[in-house]
Amino acid sequence: MMTLNQQRKFKTFVTGAFAWLIALLLFFPIFWMFITSFKTELQAISVPPSLFFEPTLDNFGIVQERSDYLKHALNSVVTSFGSTLIALLIGVPAAYAMAFNPTKKTKDILLWMLSTKMLPAVGVLVPIYILSRDYGLLDSRTGLVIIFTLMNLPIIIWMLFSYFKDLPKEILEAARMDGASPWDEIVKVVLPLSIGGISSTALLSIILCWNEAFWSLNLTASEAAPLTAMIASYSSPEGLFWAKLSAASTLACAPIVIFGWFCQKQLVQGLTFGAVK
Amino acid sequence: MNTLAKKSLTCAVSLAAAMSTANLYAQTEITVATVNNGHMIEMQKLTPIFEQAHPDIKVKWVTLEEGVLRQNVTQDIANKSGLYDVMTIGMYEAPIWGERNWLEPIDTSGNYDVEDIIPSIRGGLSYNNTLYAAPFYGESSMVMYRKDLVKAAGMEINDRDSWEHIRDVAAAVHNPGEGVYGMCLRGKAGWGDNMAFLSTMANSFGARWFDEDWKPQLETAEWKNAVTFYVDLLTKYGPPGASSNSFNENLALFNQGKCGMWIDATIAASFVTDPSQSTVADQVGFAQSPIQATDKGANWLWAWSLAIPAGTKNADAAQTFIRWATSKDYIQLVGETNGWAAVPTGTRSSTYANPKFQEAAVFAKAELKAINSANPADSTLKPSPYVGVQFAAIPEFQAIGTTTGQMVSGALAGSMSVDQALKSANSSANRQMRQAGYY
Repeated sequence: MMTLNQQRKFKTFVTGAFAWLIALLLFFPIFWMFITSFKTELQAISVPPSLFFEPTLDNFGIVQERSDYLKHALNSVVTSFGSTLIALLIGVPAAYAMAFNPTKKTKDILLWMLSTKMLPAVGVLVPIYILSRDYGLLDSRTGLVIIFTLMNLPIIIWMLFSYFKDLPKEILEAARMDGASPWDEIVKVVLPLSIGGISSTALLSIILCWNEAFWSLNLTASEAAPLTAMIASYSSPEGLFWAKLSAASTLACAPIVIFGWFCQKQLVQGLTFGAVK
Repeated sequence: MNTLAKKSLTCAVSLAAAMSTANLYAQTEITVATVNNGHMIEMQKLTPIFEQAHPDIKVKWVTLEEGVLRQNVTQDIANKSGLYDVMTIGMYEAPIWGERNWLEPIDTSGNYDVEDIIPSIRGGLSYNNTLYAAPFYGESSMVMYRKDLVKAAGMEINDRDSWEHIRDVAAAVHNPGEGVYGMCLRGKAGWGDNMAFLSTMANSFGARWFDEDWKPQLETAEWKNAVTFYVDLLTKYGPPGASSNSFNENLALFNQGKCGMWIDATIAASFVTDPSQSTVADQVGFAQSPIQATDKGANWLWAWSLAIPAGTKNADAAQTFIRWATSKDYIQLVGETNGWAAVPTGTRSSTYANPKFQEAAVFAKAELKAINSANPADSTLKPSPYVGVQFAAIPEFQAIGTTTGQMVSGALAGSMSVDQALKSANSSANRQMRQAGYY
């Protein structure tokens, strides 16, 4: 018969083991991509797959030689950070208005915004393509920044709205009593109090933009193509390509994985914000 | 003259010189959209040699996955976006787009030697005798087999064997316990995947996609016989999960010694005989595709080609680039730079006449024979109104071919019978052809 203490330890162990299992399961594709990037093409397709092999850096050399990695990476950075910044500039006041000054239609507006995410992107490909062509935005970073901003705005407003709603209204009332304008309320009260939530929203938006492929492939060619377009260029209809594709994917993922690792504290803090009251 | 004046004068002269040099070398930038195939990547690497010879032209490359390339170049050309000056297209698109005036005719004047281009390839890329895309590399299909396994089984494979004989050989070499499967074929759904192969097989069984009135013929006995034979062959002697295999998956299986036979694009010959990527490089034999009722259309014809979208602002530079990339001199350059086994094949007769190429490429004769025997204008036993061996060169075919491919792939996976698959495919094709106004 286990004592209460033993039971608690066992429970912690089982929960921990389960969490590790899920984490390993989620991480496995990334791990496999990483080790495949060090294989030869023949090793990459061998069945059964080999875990132990003589690693080679040739694939990275080929990617470096064939693709302008820095140009693609810069495009990814500019478009994902640029669009996130613009979306936050629009999203913060919008979420503030809906969280602290709701109307009868606020819920409907929120639902309508979310419903735009349910439309398959390909459904609006032709009009967006033609608009981009007519305004000279094809194969331009500006065009991608606009599309990414519009793409992520509903999620950003929803997340910020949830964070702002959890802030005690009394603090804002106190600020108002002290003569704060709405702008002061946002800048001096709301933003400092919800910095964790805003950081995690920004991080999520950056990651979504970084990984976006549909619009990147359809609206860019050579000048504004981000890293997702670079990865796609390594798929071949006639010839083995898995090792080279894995090397390109590893290089494309590396910056955002490192960035996410440094920011994980904010991310976790933001995602659990308001979870316990 | 004081020091300041001298400095100013020097600066002004330098600036003027720099500006005039800039004008002298004002470059035309052309953007080439292409697919990630070995020969295309090689062209990308050799482009600096072209740029040195033509300092007024700068080439930018956009490499895309095949499906994305098709979508992007179609979008670009249909909307006249002008993103690309040169686009890589296939034998399916060239005559259709040429007919609609979406492409600039290829300039074949001077020393380009258009007569050297293999006639069937030239014909497939032309509309009304005007060449609308210059072939960069071409291919047909043929049998690639393991000489050692076939010999050990006491069998033989020859050109134009019957499908029954091929099935007997597959049965004889099939040894799943040792990881060897008698026959590897495309099973993945798609007009360019399983249907490219299956169309040639159906042609050899006497089938055709449409009759003279454009009515789909997928429910005829010829199609049923061909698809039943294909499903039976792959189910009994194919690798597990054959319904998701296409060129690359079968290439991987063959290179690992897991296929007794593989019928696919002739371009594969250079991969399976390359010791750096194939474990059976010295054991590969080649033969012309099998036949049943006829040899018409028994092997396909395809060419990845370079074309210029109508309306591009840089048409002259694009012509200059295409004339270089598809010339005899370019093939010579690749041969001297990377070896003759690595040259783009299937386009020019002179390549096959070159003794250095004949010596380096063991598959040369079989490949040329296959390409020469394919005739897109006469690929079916019964008369048909369309051009194309493994496709019908009409805009509706992509959708019809892919739907049929999905049905056949379903039959191969066992989710429906062959009869059900062909009935559904025929009914869908019928609907699309009627909607398109063919009848």
